[in-house]
Amino acid sequence: MTLYLPRTTTAQITEALATERRSVGGGAMNLVLTLVIVTDEAGHYDAVQAATEAGREHPSRVIALILRDPGLEPALDAEIRRPGTFGPGETVLLRLYGPLADHADSVVTPLLVPDTPVVAWWPEGGPVHPAADPVGQLAARRITDSHRAADPLADLVTRISHYHPGDTDLAWTRTTPWRALLASTMDQSCGWVTRAEVVAEDHLPSADLLAAWLSQRLEVPVERRVSSGPGITETVLVTEDGPITISRKDGRVATLQRPNRPLQTVALSRRHLSEYLAEELRHLDADEMYAATAKFLAERLARAEVSA
Amino acid sequence: MKEPVMPGAVPNPLRSVLDRRLPRIAGPCVLVLFGVTGDLSRKKLLPAIYDLANRGLLPPGFGLVGFARRDWADQDFTQVAYDAVRTHARTPFREDVWRQLSEGVRFVPGEAHDDAAFDALVRTVRELDESRGTGGNYAFYLSLPPKLFPTVLTQLKRSGLAESSGDSWRRVVIEKPFGHDLASAQELNALVDDVFPPHSVFRIDHYLGKETVQNLLALRFSNTLFEPIWNRSYIDHVQITMAEDIGVGGRAGYYDGIGAARDVIQNHLLQLLALVAMEEPLSFTADAIRAEKVKALSAVQLPDDLATGTARGQYTAGWQGGAWVPGYLEEEGIPPNSTTETYAAMRLGVNTRRWAGVPFYLRTGKRLGRRVTEVALVFHRTANQVFDHVATANQGANSLVIRIQPDEGVTLRFGSKVPGTAMEVRDVSMDFSYGASFTETSPEAYERLILDVLIGDPPLFPHQEEVELSWRILDPVEEFWAKNGRPEPYPAGSWGPPSGHELLARDNRTWRRP
Repeated sequence: MTLYLPRTTTAQITEALATERRSVGGGAMNLVLTLVIVTDEAGHYDAVQAATEAGREHPSRVIALILRDPGLEPALDAEIRRPGTFGPGETVLLRLYGPLADHADSVVTPLLVPDTPVVAWWPEGGPVHPAADPVGQLAARRITDSHRAADPLADLVTRISHYHPGDTDLAWTRTTPWRALLASTMDQSCGWVTRAEVVAEDHLPSADLLAAWLSQRLEVPVERRVSSGPGITETVLVTEDGPITISRKDGRVATLQRPNRPLQTVALSRRHLSEYLAEELRHLDADEMYAATAKFLAERLARAEVSA
Repeated sequence: MKEPVMPGAVPNPLRSVLDRRLPRIAGPCVLVLFGVTGDLSRKKLLPAIYDLANRGLLPPGFGLVGFARRDWADQDFTQVAYDAVRTHARTPFREDVWRQLSEGVRFVPGEAHDDAAFDALVRTVRELDESRGTGGNYAFYLSLPPKLFPTVLTQLKRSGLAESSGDSWRRVVIEKPFGHDLASAQELNALVDDVFPPHSVFRIDHYLGKETVQNLLALRFSNTLFEPIWNRSYIDHVQITMAEDIGVGGRAGYYDGIGAARDVIQNHLLQLLALVAMEEPLSFTADAIRAEKVKALSAVQLPDDLATGTARGQYTAGWQGGAWVPGYLEEEGIPPNSTTETYAAMRLGVNTRRWAGVPFYLRTGKRLGRRVTEVALVFHRTANQVFDHVATANQGANSLVIRIQPDEGVTLRFGSKVPGTAMEVRDVSMDFSYGASFTETSPEAYERLILDVLIGDPPLFPHQEEVELSWRILDPVEEFWAKNGRPEPYPAGSWGPPSGHELLARDNRTWRRP
C-alpha cells in the first residue's frame, strides 16, 4: 500500500509513519538502520528496488531523496510505502523542489529511526567530499559509486583525497568475490609471489583497486592490463612455482589454474546492485582496508603522473 | 614493514583482521556423505551444500560423494541432489553454481560391510583428487543409524581412507544420538577414537548452529544490561522448553525405546542449560567455551526425589490443530505395550554461587500444543511496597524469553500502568524479533556447521566430555523411570500430563504457555 502526501511537511510524514507502524503492530523496533538514498527522478526506481531487496537482510527505513528542479518554489512531496508490502522496512520517497534540495538534511533529520545508524548512498556517483555533504554529515557510512562518474578512476582518486572514516565506494565492493577467491588460493601453500597482473575492461576503478590491493598486501609490482571485459577478466599471481591464473571471460564462470593442479572451474557471477548494497550494510564501521587500498592507488597514480 | 611470510601462506598475506568483507572459504576437499537417501540428506544436507556453493564459500576444488545402498550411477545421484536443491535450498537457484557443483558429484553404491564398495570409494575420492584438485582432504559425514557406525568406521580404517598423509586432513561428522547412556556413549567414542583423533571428530547438534543459540552468547556477554541480573539474586527460576506438535511419525523404529529425554534433553536442552548457566568464557575459542560449559554441566544436580522432581508422559489419541491424531501406542511400528515416554520434564539445580537455589525446569514432548523452543528466565517478584495487591493483581513475574524457534527473537515482559484514573499494572512485552524476512537470508544451521567442519573450526560442536556429562545427569533418571511403571497418558495437543504441571505446582510455580 502506498500513501501519497503532496505538498507536505516532515511532521505529517512522521505522523503517517507512526500510524502505519501501529497498524501493523509495534513501533519501528526491528529496523536496524536508516538508509538515505540521494538520487534523481531517473535513478530512483532501480536504487529503491535494490535497497528494498537489501532490506530483506537488513530491515531498514529507506528514505529516497529525489532532487527536482532547483528553480521551482521550495516544496516537498512524499510517497510512503507501507512496511511489509515491499519488505520488512518502510520506504519513503521524498521529492524536493527548489532550494529545498540544498537543505535535504533538514528534511531527513526528523525522519531518522532513533538510535540506529544512518547510511547515505549516492547511486549516481556522489559528492567529492561525502563527509562534508549535508546528508553525508548525518551518516555513519557514506556509499558512493565511482563507476557512474564520467571519469571513474579520477572520480575515485579525487574522492579518496577527502577520505573520512565511514566512506566507501561500490567500486571496492565489486572486488570482494575476486578478493575472496584470491585469498582462498593463498590459504593453501603456494610459492613466493613475485609479481601479479589484473586484466579488465578500461575505466574500471574496481580493477585498479584490486591491483592496488594485491600490490600493497603482497609487496610486489602488479600490472593492470586492459581487455574488452566484461568487468574483470583475469588475475594472475606469478609465483616461483608458476602462475596461478583465474580467468573469467563471460562474467559468470571462472577457471582457476595453478601449477601441478587440474584446471578448476568456479561460479563467479557479476552480482546485482542489491547484493553490493547488502554487503555494504553488513559492516557499518570504517572500512580501513578500503581506505588503505584506495590511498595506495592514489599515491601510485600521482607518482606515475609526476614521472610521466 | 610487515614480516615476509609468503611461502606456505601462513598467515596468508591477503587476509587481515581489518578486512572483514572476505568470507572464510573452505579449502579443497571431498565431502563423503553416508546415508544420502535419508530425509536429513535430502532436506538439509544437500541443500545446505548448494547454498554454501551459492554463497561462494566452497572452494573450486570441491567434491561430493554419496554412498548408499542403491543401484545408482553418478547421474542418478546428481538428479536426486538436484531435486533436493530445487525443493529445499534457501538461496535462489543458479545454473552456473549448480553446474560447477555437480561436476564434482559422484556416487558409490554399496553396503557398509562390503569391502569392494569401500575400495570403489577409495578410487572415487582419489579420482576426484586428480580431476578436481581436491587435495586429498576428506570429510566423512555419517548420516546413518548408530548401529552402522562400527561397520563404517572399521571400513574407513581398513580401506586406508582414514589415514591422512602430509598436510592433508581427515574429519568425521557424527549425528546424535551419541549413545543411549553413558556406557554406550563411551563405547561409541572408543570406536571413533580408534579411527580418528579427537580433534577430527565433529559431533553435530544442529541446535548449536542456530543463530538464536549463538545469539544467546552475544546477548549475555556483549551487553552490560543482562549479565548483572543473570543470577540467583534476580532470577527465580529458568524454564527451558522444546515442544513439538508432530508425533513420532516415520521415526518409530528409532524412537521407541529411546524416548523424549534421551532424544532431546540429553543433547539440546542440556546444551541450552549449559549456555544459559555457564560463566563468561575467557575467549571465544572452542576450548574456552567448552571449559565453561563443562563446568556448568558438572555442577548440575538432580532432584533428591526423582518421583516428584521428574515427570513423563505418553500421548494418547486426540484432536490437535483441528485434526484427529492417533496415540503413541497406535502409531505404526510401536508395540502396544511400549513404555517409551514422549514427554519428559525435570527440575535440575546448578550448584554454583551464581545459581544455587534456582531451579532449571526442562521439558520436551511430542504432540504438544504447538511447535516451540525457548528459554525463559523468570525473575523474582517485587516486594510491592508501593502498589497494593489489587493494583498488581494482573501482573506476573518479569521474564526474559529467548525464542529459539520458530519466530526467533527475544521478549522481555514487565508490568506497565494501564491507562486510566486508577493505578493498575498489567504485563506488557518488549519484543525483538529476527523477523521473517530477516532470517530468510541468514544461513541455515547445517550450512554453518558443514562449513565449520570443512574449515576445521570446532566451537559449535559438543565435545565428548560434554556428551558424557549429559549422560551422567540423565542416566539415574532413566534408571528410575525404567523401574517405576508407565508414563502418564496425556491427550495429543495438550501441554503434557498432570504430573508435568504438578512438577512446578509443588514449588508454587507454573509453566509459561509458550
